[in-house]
Order: sequence, then C-alpha cells, then structure tokens
Amino acid sequence: MAKPKSPQTFSSGSSGSSGTSASETILLDHGSGGKLSHQLVKEMLIPAFDNPTLSALDDGAMLAVEKGRIAFSTDTFVVDPIFFPGGDIGELAVNGTVNDLAMCGAIPLALSAGLILEEGFPMDHLRRIIKSMAAAAEKAGVKIVTGDTKVVPRGAADKIFINTSGIGRIPDGVDVSSTRAQIGDKIILSGTMADHGVTILTQREGMAFDAPLQSDTAALNGLVLKMLSVCPDLHVLRDPTRGGVGTTLNEIASASGKGIRIYEAHLPVKPAVAGLCDLLGFDPLYVANEGKLLAFVPPEYAEPVLSAMRADPFGKDGAIIGEVVDDHPGRVFMETPIGGARIVDMLAGEQLPRIC
Amino acid sequence: MTIEDRAPFKDPAIAKQLIAKIRDASLKPVRLMEVCGTHTVSIFRSGIRSLLPETISLLSGPGCPVCVTDQGEIDAFIRLSREEKVITATFGDLLRVPGSGSTLLKERAAGRDIRAVYSPMDAVAIARENPKRKIVFPGIGFETTAPAIAAAILTARSLDLKNFFVFSAHKTVPRALAALLETEAVEIDGFILPGHVSVIIGSEAYRPLFERHRIPCAIAGFEPADILLAVWMLISAIEKGEPLLENGYGRAVAPGGNQKAIAVMEQVFAADDARWRGLGTIPGSGLVIREEFADFDAAVHFGIEISDVPPPRGCACGQILTGKMIPPQCPLYDKVCTPLEPVGPCMVSSEGTCAAYHKFHSPPS
Repeated sequence: MAKPKSPQTFSSGSSGSSGTSASETILLDHGSGGKLSHQLVKEMLIPAFDNPTLSALDDGAMLAVEKGRIAFSTDTFVVDPIFFPGGDIGELAVNGTVNDLAMCGAIPLALSAGLILEEGFPMDHLRRIIKSMAAAAEKAGVKIVTGDTKVVPRGAADKIFINTSGIGRIPDGVDVSSTRAQIGDKIILSGTMADHGVTILTQREGMAFDAPLQSDTAALNGLVLKMLSVCPDLHVLRDPTRGGVGTTLNEIASASGKGIRIYEAHLPVKPAVAGLCDLLGFDPLYVANEGKLLAFVPPEYAEPVLSAMRADPFGKDGAIIGEVVDDHPGRVFMETPIGGARIVDMLAGEQLPRIC
Repeated sequence: MTIEDRAPFKDPAIAKQLIAKIRDASLKPVRLMEVCGTHTVSIFRSGIRSLLPETISLLSGPGCPVCVTDQGEIDAFIRLSREEKVITATFGDLLRVPGSGSTLLKERAAGRDIRAVYSPMDAVAIARENPKRKIVFPGIGFETTAPAIAAAILTARSLDLKNFFVFSAHKTVPRALAALLETEAVEIDGFILPGHVSVIIGSEAYRPLFERHRIPCAIAGFEPADILLAVWMLISAIEKGEPLLENGYGRAVAPGGNQKAIAVMEQVFAADDARWRGLGTIPGSGLVIREEFADFDAAVHFGIEISDVPPPRGCACGQILTGKMIPPQCPLYDKVCTPLEPVGPCMVSSEGTCAAYHKFHSPPS
C-alpha cells in the first residue's frame, strides 16, 4: 500500500502545477504527497471549501475560541451507494458531524474532512462529492478548515470513505445529555422515520423499487437553535441515525435510568416508507434517519418547542411521540394502536449494513 | 389485493370490537397455535397478547422456515458454501443460523462467496453473470417459497444455465400439522392457519387434516384485526363445541389456492419424507427436485447427503416448535442463547419464536 512518509494533508505546502488535472480517475499518485496530491488539493479542494484558515495551508487549522464549553465529535461515512436520491456521501458526511455537534446543543464552528479514495475512482465523482460537501457546509454555516486525502490500491477500499470531525461552541446555560431525561418530559420527534435507510435499501443492487423516496439528510443546527431559543433547558437531544428511533430511545432510557413510553399511533412515517418496510420485513423504528432529531423537553415547553419546530422546514412534521414515565426504569414501552403494550428493545445485529 | 384493501384490518376500532367479542365469548381455557412465524411477530408487535383474556394461551408453531430446517440440512448448506467455485445465494435469514460448527456468516467472513438475495430469481441473475462459477441456492421454506424457487429452476432451464443449483429442504404445512397432533404430549385446541401458505395451497388443502382430527382451524391474514378475527372464529367454534374449518383471509385465499403456483411447484418438485427440527422425519412432508430437473439439484451435482446431527446440547427449539415449551422455559434462553449469540435457529430468524419473545417479551402487568 502506498504510504506517504508524512501525513498528506490538504495543507501540503509547496505550490503545485497549474492547469486542470490530466487524469480522469484517481491514481495512487494522488495520495503520494507529490505533485498530483498538491494538484488535487490546490485545484479541487481548496477552491471548493474556500476559507482563509484552510487556504493558509498550515499543518493544522488555528482557530480563535471564546470562553466556555466546546463540543467535539467525529464520524466516518462508508455509505453504499455513494449517490442516492436526496443526497450523496459528501453531503451526508458534513450533515452527520454538524448534527452530532448540534445534538450536544453546540453551534458548529469548524469541520475537518479526511478522504480515503480507491485507486481508479472517477475524478468527476470526486468533484461532485466535494461540491456537495462545500454546499452542505455553506448551508449549515460551518467551515471545513483542515483535511487529508489518502489513496489506497483498488480493492483496499470501496470507492470513497469520508471521515469528518468537528468542533462547536456550547452556549452558556445549555446542558443537553442523555442522562438528563426526567420523569414527565415530553418526547418530540422532528419528522418522519426511516426515510434514509429505506431509500438506501431501494437503491441497492438488485432492488428495483419505483417508489417516490428520498434520503432525509439535512443539517439540523438551525432547527436546534430555534428550539433552544424557545427553551434553553432542553434535557436531551439525539439524532436517531443507525439503529433508528427505537435504538436511540433505548440508549436514552439506559443512560438516564428512566422509563419511556411511546405511542405507535403518533409515530410519523410516510405511507410509501411504511409500505416498503411492511413488504421487506423491516420495522421503521429501527431504520436509520439522517435528518431527524429526538428532543426530551420539560412538559410545559413541549407545545411551544413543537410550534417553533414546525416553523422550520426540517421540523414541519414534528410530533410528540411519548413521555418519560416513572415505571419500568431503563426500558422503552410502546402502546400499539389497538391498545396493547409491548417492549421496544435495542436492535440486535445489523438490520442493514453500510447505510451511512 | 392492494394496500388499501387492508385498511379496515389495520383499523384499531375494529380490532377493539373484536377483542371485546372475544372477551365475552371465551369461557374455557384454550391453547391456540399460530402456525406461522409472521403471525407470531404480528401478535407480538401489535400487543395482542396483552389484550386477550387469561383463558386464551397462544402457542407459536412450526411455521418459521429457518427454525424447522434440520441441523443436518444447515450443515449441508455450509459444506456446499465451501465447495470450489461456489457462490451461495441465500435468503438473508439463513446467514446467522448456527450449524454444528459454523454459520454462513462466519463462512463469509472466512472468505467464501456468500450473498444475501431477496428472490431466487436474483440467484439466477448471479448465475448468468458468473458463468464460470457454480451458484447454489439453499431452498428452504414452505409452499410460499417453493413455487418461486421452482420458477427459478424453470427459468434456469430455459436459459440453458449449467451453473445454477438448488438444495431443496422445502417442507409442506398440512402434513406437518397432522404429525404435530399425533405427537405425544402436544395439546392444541385450535390452529390459526398461515396466510401466505394458504394463498398458495388454498383453504381446502386443510380438509383432510380437519376431517381426521376435527380440530377448529381458521386461516388468518397478518393485520391485527385479521388475527383477532381468526381467534374469535376459533373461540366461537370451541365454545359451541362445533369444530369448523374457516377462512378468515378470504380477500387473499381461495378454496383451491393459486393453481398456477401449484402447477409450477408440482412440475419441479415431488413429495418426499422430510426431516423437521423438533418433529423428526414426517412422511410426505418435504419437496425434492424431480429427476427430470436433476441437473439443477445441488444434492445430486455435489453428491451431498444429509447426516444425522443432534441438536445443540440443551437447545429446546424442538419443544418450542411443538408448543410444549415457551421460550423462557428453555434453560438456554437469554442466558447462553441470545439474538447476537444464538444457539438454536428459533433465536436467529426474524420470525423465530425465541427471537420474537426476546425482542417483544410481554410487559410486566
């Protein structure tokens, strides 16, 4: 495997050659730290992510921070396929880390981007992905300030893997954590479940469904700001990605030691998504979302927070789906539409691999 | 049938009315068996157990295809996956099922080419794309999957494919139910008969079983109200002392079933004895590939014979499939046998009784 002597970052120093990249596919040399690496950084990445911190081309980004608490998060994206209705791996990678920061109550400040490319990866695919990362970052109001590219031989990775890390500033007075769920809290879900996971499933090789589905990938930091402006004391914020709403609620029940009750009839699911899940034997409660959040809100703030959410495009289908209760600590129960009750357990094993 | 046709059966108001009727009508303690794994899951998912009166016990039956597959058959699938040039194309449910020493998932991690497919036609497509490889499809399931697998064999023949093979471990339902009733210590007062299987074989396929054993039988669909309707039919018949064979899934099940599917199945497969996990060998309850299609028979091509393999020590899958035990009574349940580290297939399959108990187990009252 081609291993550069020093980390080959976007900030790789010397000026590269000018002119457009000659090769239409990624070569091992693009990760060598030599001329082709510099060309890639200078001609594609720096113009796309355009900001002075990155353009300084130092070994790392230097950022001024205010006093207070910082949130720091990382996530790696290996979704297959890399392009899907509603988004692509680049947009997903930016939104994913922005959302992880937002779920800490933080205002995202800066991201890093690490790309692992498979030799032979088409240059125009890379261009498309970089463009969509830049667009997603701009939309979320966050800068990509440092990064790294590596190229591995054909077969050592599948097309492209992206890692993003990010930092964000937590405003004074904000303290969200899964451990803070309190009896009486209302649980709000910001929109329909399972859109991302089901969309990816229908795009997989051999699955020819003609359903009007698209991934819900979106940056939720704007929505969170609106919620915090109505209720700075949000107790819990989580984005139910892999494992879905069911698994995330279990994590919160377990971290807080509190019981959770939800109502199946109140869970928002698009009819096409519900139909496909039915057909394929998936439970939407366990299917991934990439643009949804769960909020645990003091009961007196539930309606004002929900109204604020519904005024945002990413919270318009928001609904109160349940509450924190004082029985069955650490467990999640669901009331079914016919009035029965059942446990909602953690997902065992992977329902669907490589969805993000 | 369209999705809209099911709407009334999803209607909570109708389900609640049926629950009230059942509560009024049910006086005697009864043990009803839902034969099909999809019913088991639907019963758990909708919380039906928590709504039925204490007089009614629901038992899960031998209707989960993976669960009734014999240990020797699982071992045969694993042996086949290790053969040279073989690509195993399988329903995903089978991947985690433990054989004597391995699983298909572990074989895949060890480098065998094993692919999950949604339909046997996908396996035919893989055969076309990989002419130098041998594609083996483990044929498991009941009359529901058998016609599709038969159609895949017919397609492979019309395409003149020489590299597509099915290892048939298919089972048929009515004979197994009869065998179950003849098994010692099995106590069942009524059957909730499977929906999908009945779509294929038709309601009249159960007539011999019913005539011989005079046991109340009701075919059910899969929505909560479908299942409650079948329960109500059975409770009414039991309380009146008038056994009936009823079709509670009339919108999908015809008396004669799906004649086209039956014809395809019979063209390719012939009835033979079959080994069932937990039930032993039941005469005439399996489907083997007819000699005319021997070129597509993995058992013939690779010379695979099924050996007698005892089930894992302590595993009570057999007793659970026959309704003699419920999962929490198994000594391994939730101790050494969990969905992540399953010992028996009932804990693996999404339709398995133990997996359903584990996922949804009844809330404390």
